[in-house]
Amino acid sequence: MPEPLLELRSVTKTYPGVTALDDVSVSLRHGEILGLIGENGAGKSTLMKILGGIVAPTKGEIVLDGVAHDRLTVPAATAAGIAFVHQELNLFDNLSVAANVFIGREPRFGGPLRLIDTGALNEKVAPLLRRLGLDVRPSDPLGGLSIAQCQMVEIAKALSLDARVIIMDEPTSSLTLKETDRLLEVMAALRSEGVSIIYISHRLDEVKTCADRVVALRDGKRVGELTGDGITHDAMIRLMIGRDLKAVYIPPKAAPRETGMVVDRLVTPAHPGKEISFEFRRGEIVGLAGLIGSGRTELAHAIFGVEPALSGRVLLDGEPVAARVAGDAIAKGVYLIPEDRKRAGLLLDLPIDQNITLADLWRYARGGIPDRAAENRAAEAQCASLSIRTPSTKTHAVNLSGGNQQKVVLGKWLSMRPNAVIFDEPTRGIDVGAKSEIYAIMRALADAGVAILMISSDMEEVIGVSDRIAVMHEGRIGGFLERPDLTEHNVMLLAVGGSIEERARIDA
Amino acid sequence: MLRKELGLFLLILVTGTVTALINPQFISTINLINLANQIGLFGLLAIGVGIVIVTGGIELSIGSMLALLGVIFLDILVNFEMAWPVAFLIVIAGGTALGAVHGLLISRLDLQPFVVTLCGLLIYRGVARYYTNDSTEGFGYAGGYEVLEWLTSGRTWNIPHTFIFFILVALVMAVLLHKSVLGRYIYAVGKNEEAARFSGIPTKTVIVATYAICGLLTGISTVFFVFYTQSVSPSAHGNFYELYAIAAAVLGGCSLRGGEGSILGIALGVVLLQVLQNLVNMLGIPSSLNFAVMGAVILIGVIVDGQLQKRSKTR
Repeated sequence: MPEPLLELRSVTKTYPGVTALDDVSVSLRHGEILGLIGENGAGKSTLMKILGGIVAPTKGEIVLDGVAHDRLTVPAATAAGIAFVHQELNLFDNLSVAANVFIGREPRFGGPLRLIDTGALNEKVAPLLRRLGLDVRPSDPLGGLSIAQCQMVEIAKALSLDARVIIMDEPTSSLTLKETDRLLEVMAALRSEGVSIIYISHRLDEVKTCADRVVALRDGKRVGELTGDGITHDAMIRLMIGRDLKAVYIPPKAAPRETGMVVDRLVTPAHPGKEISFEFRRGEIVGLAGLIGSGRTELAHAIFGVEPALSGRVLLDGEPVAARVAGDAIAKGVYLIPEDRKRAGLLLDLPIDQNITLADLWRYARGGIPDRAAENRAAEAQCASLSIRTPSTKTHAVNLSGGNQQKVVLGKWLSMRPNAVIFDEPTRGIDVGAKSEIYAIMRALADAGVAILMISSDMEEVIGVSDRIAVMHEGRIGGFLERPDLTEHNVMLLAVGGSIEERARIDA
Repeated sequence: MLRKELGLFLLILVTGTVTALINPQFISTINLINLANQIGLFGLLAIGVGIVIVTGGIELSIGSMLALLGVIFLDILVNFEMAWPVAFLIVIAGGTALGAVHGLLISRLDLQPFVVTLCGLLIYRGVARYYTNDSTEGFGYAGGYEVLEWLTSGRTWNIPHTFIFFILVALVMAVLLHKSVLGRYIYAVGKNEEAARFSGIPTKTVIVATYAICGLLTGISTVFFVFYTQSVSPSAHGNFYELYAIAAAVLGGCSLRGGEGSILGIALGVVLLQVLQNLVNMLGIPSSLNFAVMGAVILIGVIVDGQLQKRSKTR
C-alpha cells in the first residue's frame, strides 16, 4: 500500500475544560475523497483547524509526505498544498474573479511602483476556470456570481495554490440540487487528477455518492470507518450517534395544559416560502432540534419579533402576539434567551442589577427615574432564587462565569412573570454543574405553567430535557418525536432530512 | 468612572494656575466673566452632541443649524415683528424637528449618522445663505425683545446668564442621562444596541430622542449666540462649532464608539477647551496657532488616556 499523503497520528486537542479531540488518527491517500461525518460539536472543525495550522494539537503528530510534525503553521499547511473551501466563503465580492483567486499573490509589473499586471492575472486564472467548467470571465466582478459559482472560485483558488488536499466544509449547504451535482462532478474530476479531498457534510446522501471512505467522529473520538459498499445511510447514522446520555430526564409534574403558544404557518425571512406550524403548550418543554443553519434561531427571532416573520401568526392562549419588535412579545410575557448571550443577552459593562431590570425598567421608575434600591432588591431576589454566584449585584456582568451570566439573562425575564420562554442554546459554553441547574429551572418554570421551547444542538440536552421534540430541516419542521421515540437515531434521521419511508418506520 | 473626570479637573486647575502665574490678567474679573460666557455658549452644544455620541452616533450639522435658525430667528423678530416668545419657540421647535429628522433617517432608513448630519451641515448652510441672499442679518432698529436680551446675554451678580443656563441644563441633562429610564436606554443602545433590542428597548425611538434633544439644545443656543454676536452672517456664523462640541465631548471622556461619557466630563471638557482658547490669548501665543494648540492637547489627551486604560487592563 502506498504511503498516505497525510496522516494524523493519535491527535488530541484539549481546551480548558473540554476535550475537543481525543486520540484521533486519520489518514488520507493520494487521489481519494474522504468523507468526515459527525454531529454538531463532534470535533470536525477542530480537526480542520489542526490541518490548516490554525490550532496546534495538544498531543500527537501530523505526518506529511512521511515527515512527522508536532504541529502545522498556516504557511506550512499552505506550502504543503492543504487548501480550504469554507462554509462561509472567504471571498471579496467587490473584486474580480481573478483578483480573488490570486489575492495577496498578484502578478506585478516591474518598475518602482510594482503595479498589478491585470492582463497576466486574467491569463493565469482563465485556464483554472476552464478546468472547473466555470462559465465566467476572470475579469467579471465576483459580486455578480451565484454561491455555487463562488464556491468554484474558491476551488480555483485552491488549485492555483497547487493544492493536493482540499478540505470542504459543508460546501453544499446553500446549493441547489443541480449545483450540488455539478460540484460532485468537479470533485470526481479532481480526484482523477490526483487531488485528495476531505469532504465534511451533514448531507449523508452526498457523502454516500462521492466518498471512497468515511470516517465518523463522536465527542471528539474517532468511532469508526466505512469503505466502499459499506457506506450506507444507516451505517453512517449508527456511527454518528450512540453516546451515553448524562442529562437525566425530569418528568413534568402534570400533563401539559391545552393553552400555550401556537405557531401558525410562520414564514421567516431566512427561509422564505417555507411555513412552520407547531405548538408548545403551558407546562411542557418542547425541544427544537436540527442542524446548524436549519432555521431554528430565525424561527425564535420571528416569534420574539426581533426579525419579524414575513407571514403567519403566533398565538398565546388564543390571542395573537403579532410581534414587530421585541417589545411587543415582551408585553405578552413571551421572552427569548438568545443564543449569543454576550452579544444579544447582556450589557457586559453594566452591573447585574441593571441587566436584570433593563427590560422592565419602567416598573422600577417613579417619574421616569428608576429607583436604584428597588432595582437592587429585584436583582437580589433573582440572585437568591437562581443562585447566581457573585460578590454583589453591583458586579459587572463581564466578570461573571458563563453559567452565572446565563442566569442573569434568565433573571431578567423571570422577574417579569413569563408566559412562554424560548431558550436558544441555553447551556452553550457552560460548565456541567450550571447546566443541570438551568435544566432544573426550566422544569420548574414548565411546572409553574410556562410554555417552554428549547433550541439545542446538544443531542444529550435535547433528548435529556425535552418532553417532545420538533426537528427542523432546511427551514421546515421535518418531524415531531414524542418521549418514547426520543432517540439520537430518530433525531439525527429527521435532522438530515430522512426519507419518507424511514420516517414511516419510526411512526410504526 | 469618576477618575477620568478628576484627572480632567486637575488638568484644568494646573493649566489655569500656570496661565495665571504667567499672566495674572487670566484671573481678572473681566476675563473670568468672558470665559464663563464662552463656556456657557459652547457648553450647550457640547452636551447636545455629547449625548448623541453616547448612543454611538455623531452630529455634524449644529454649526450650520445655528446659522439657519439664527437668520430665521432674526427674520421673525425684526422683519415679521412677532413677539419674542413666538420667535423663541419657533426656533426651538425648528431645532428639535431637524434633530428628530436626523434621528429618523438614521434609525428608520439605516443611514450612517456621519453621512446624514454631514448632509445637514451642507444643506442648512446653503439654505441659510440663500434665504438671506448671503447678506448679514442684524437687529436694526427693532425693539420689544429687551427681556429676552437680558435673559440671554445679561448678568446676575456678575455671572453671565449663559453660564447659569449652562449649569441648569447640565444639571437637568445629568439627571436625564444618569438617573432616568431614558438615560439608561441611551447607554444601553450605545454599549450594545443588539442586546438593547433583545431586551425590548425601543432603540429607534431612543436614537430619535437623542438627536431631537441635541437639536433642541442647538435651537436654544441659537438664541444665545444671536444675542452674543448681535448679527448673523450666514456664511460664517457657527462655522466649526460642531467640531468644538465634538472635541469637548471627546476630551470629556466620550468614546466615539458609544456607551461612554458623562455630563460632568463633557462640562469639564468644555471648560478645558475654552481655557485653552483663552490661554492662547493670555500667553501671547499667535492666535493663528489657536487650532493647533487645541488639536495637540486633545491628541495628547486621548493618547495618555488610551495608554492609561491599557495599563490598568493588563494589571
